[in-house]
Amino acid sequence: MQATIVEAVNDALHTEMAADDDVVVFGEDVAESGGVFRATDELLAEFGGDRVVDTPLSEIAIVGAATGLAMYGLRPVAEIQFSGFLPPAFDQLVTNASRIRWRTRGELTAPMVVRMPYGAGVRALEHHSESMEGAYAHIPGLKVVAPSTPHDTKGLLLASIRDPDPVLFMEPKRIYRSFREEVPEEDYEVPLGEAAVRREGEDVTVISWGSMMPATLEAVDELDADAEVVDLRTISPLDTETVVESVKKTGRAVVVHEGPRSNGVGGDVVARINDEALMYLEAPVERVTGFDTPVPLLSMEDYYFPHPPRILDAIERALSA
Amino acid sequence: MTENEPTDHPANAAVSAGDPRFLTQDDLAVDTHQIVGPDGSYDADDVPDLDAEQFRDLYRWMVTDRVFSRRMVSIQRRGELGTFGSTRGQEASIIGSAYTLRPEDWLYVGRAWTPMFMRGASMEDMILFWRGIEEGQQAFAEQNSQVAISIGSHLPLVTGLAWGMDIRGDDAIATAYLGDGATSTGAAHEAINFAGALGVPALFFCQNNQYAISLSADEQTAANTLAQKALAYGMDAIRVDGQDVLAVYDAVSEARERVREGEPVFVESVTYRLDAHTTSDDPTRYRSDDEVDAWEENDPLERYREFLKAEGLWEDIDHDAIVADIEAEFDAALEAANEFAEREIVEIFAHVYEEMPPELQRQYEEFVDLLDRRPELYDYIEQRPKG
Ligand SMILES: Cc1ncc(C[n+]2csc(CCOP(=O)(O)OP(=O)(O)O)c2C)c(N)n1
Repeated sequence: MQATIVEAVNDALHTEMAADDDVVVFGEDVAESGGVFRATDELLAEFGGDRVVDTPLSEIAIVGAATGLAMYGLRPVAEIQFSGFLPPAFDQLVTNASRIRWRTRGELTAPMVVRMPYGAGVRALEHHSESMEGAYAHIPGLKVVAPSTPHDTKGLLLASIRDPDPVLFMEPKRIYRSFREEVPEEDYEVPLGEAAVRREGEDVTVISWGSMMPATLEAVDELDADAEVVDLRTISPLDTETVVESVKKTGRAVVVHEGPRSNGVGGDVVARINDEALMYLEAPVERVTGFDTPVPLLSMEDYYFPHPPRILDAIERALSA
Repeated sequence: MTENEPTDHPANAAVSAGDPRFLTQDDLAVDTHQIVGPDGSYDADDVPDLDAEQFRDLYRWMVTDRVFSRRMVSIQRRGELGTFGSTRGQEASIIGSAYTLRPEDWLYVGRAWTPMFMRGASMEDMILFWRGIEEGQQAFAEQNSQVAISIGSHLPLVTGLAWGMDIRGDDAIATAYLGDGATSTGAAHEAINFAGALGVPALFFCQNNQYAISLSADEQTAANTLAQKALAYGMDAIRVDGQDVLAVYDAVSEARERVREGEPVFVESVTYRLDAHTTSDDPTRYRSDDEVDAWEENDPLERYREFLKAEGLWEDIDHDAIVADIEAEFDAALEAANEFAEREIVEIFAHVYEEMPPELQRQYEEFVDLLDRRPELYDYIEQRPKG
């Protein structure tokens, strides 16, 4: 089947709800209207109102109740309508979901998924555009996933729902519908914690994920050199090995992400490269990121996230150093 | 006194024996304040004490609200806005309440735009706001006013603003406009409780327009009314017919008086959002045409016209001229908004802190340099429609 990223989300939910009666899907506007992006379309018709639930406008309760459901043995998949509305529930992620296993020495766990669209560039209002994976990846015990292709989306979401730990599933909404690719009808998993090498190359490693992947690939296409592109896919826990192996081969690296630079995921990737491949580096690792500012409102949001020329510029800098 | 000893609090006065008695919602009769009925009938004694000019003014503002929504939806469809949330159907609720406020009162809204105009904001600023130009918010701030996009997030701020007024002894109130959906947020509960506990001059004006995007008010909460929620926090509440501009004016005027004395009040105004939640929403997925038609019949403008006619005030009102005036105001505002100066790159970096930290300064300079060296970047930026 040819599917977009958002269709792959929908397909994964249909697949897993059919396979496992414990999976329940809930959030604002997910049932009757099928979600503001239609990610949960037709789930209500197929699985009924006990398993597909429109909730009150209550982010704290959505994430906290998901934790309780999961502790009780169900497999909740909660939707937060836009990434900017997760912060009220940050407390539930930090205080409960991510710590329940640790706190009870494994007696109680919270295998749950919180899905949410993230990223700028869709002309939305304030709070609809952030890429805060750095903040969420900072929470020990929480897994953070950000797919960049329809195929990975289905496989990663299935793996996330089946994962024994809480997963924040960040969907790159700017590219929700921007391309289709073959997505198998059947059940398959893309394992969490494993990066993908999207393109093999010898000269430089470009590391990116989620919403920034198409721009990264476009930049690499224009490059006069042979770049290897690593798609992290899982932000936490991060696949250091794939990154380090690639950098050992190429000797140069560039990290591309949409969120703010300071204390962002890019800094951590650079630190791991320094830890394990410093002696292989032929140039300082470059970072191409959003700015340390709120995402501008829609009139200037297109200046905010890195476009191919900005990525290209950094890659060329890494190559010429 | 130990903690467990009974106090002389009135709640401890009555003691019941035998089976425990449930307190239920049915113990509480919550009626809905109304002055002009759906058929236009009213009791002259109940009409608020306003002069002819003010009655006409209310009408004019209601029409402004309606015309503004219509024009905004239409320019959105032409691709000139990102998105817009119409307020059609809620005019009596919005105008009746805002007409009671004074410029020194703070106004923090969810869905209500004309109240900003009533305190001096321009349609141009509102267009800029919906185009995602930060100067819109800046202009509202000059009028003690803001729009909250994160639902419910503004209620604690309003409690704080009111607290400030209390500390300073200022003769003003802070007002939060919120929706039915917002009453489910944690922020709302904390803010309302806090305002009640501190006794600060905060007014919570809840427009129950029956939907929070697709979720109906019935599904939002098991409470029979939203007004009764305030009681749990020890706050007085009024439930009012939000299609009756005079009843809303009357209710909120009284509420404002009480709030000024330091008693926060919660008002539930029962109304209906006739259009889609926003221009990106498809309401046919979650509500029936019959329901919408019934509320179209319950149009707040029509109802108020009946009143104006009965009072002999309608003859002085030239409805078409009012609409023409507002259309002209909108045209001028749109033209001015279209000419809004091309913004500088520094706008992205400005106002994050009072003083730009060195790292941010570096990011700004690098970006300006990059745009200079790689002008092809503009192709990516400008591919998109003008915001
Ligand atoms: C905290 C938060 N969660 C979700 C949203 C997405 N959203 C925007 S408006 C809306 C419904 C709001 O309903 P209500 O409070 O009744 O106000 P109305 O727009 O109907 O006036 C939702 C869920 C949001 N803006 N903020």
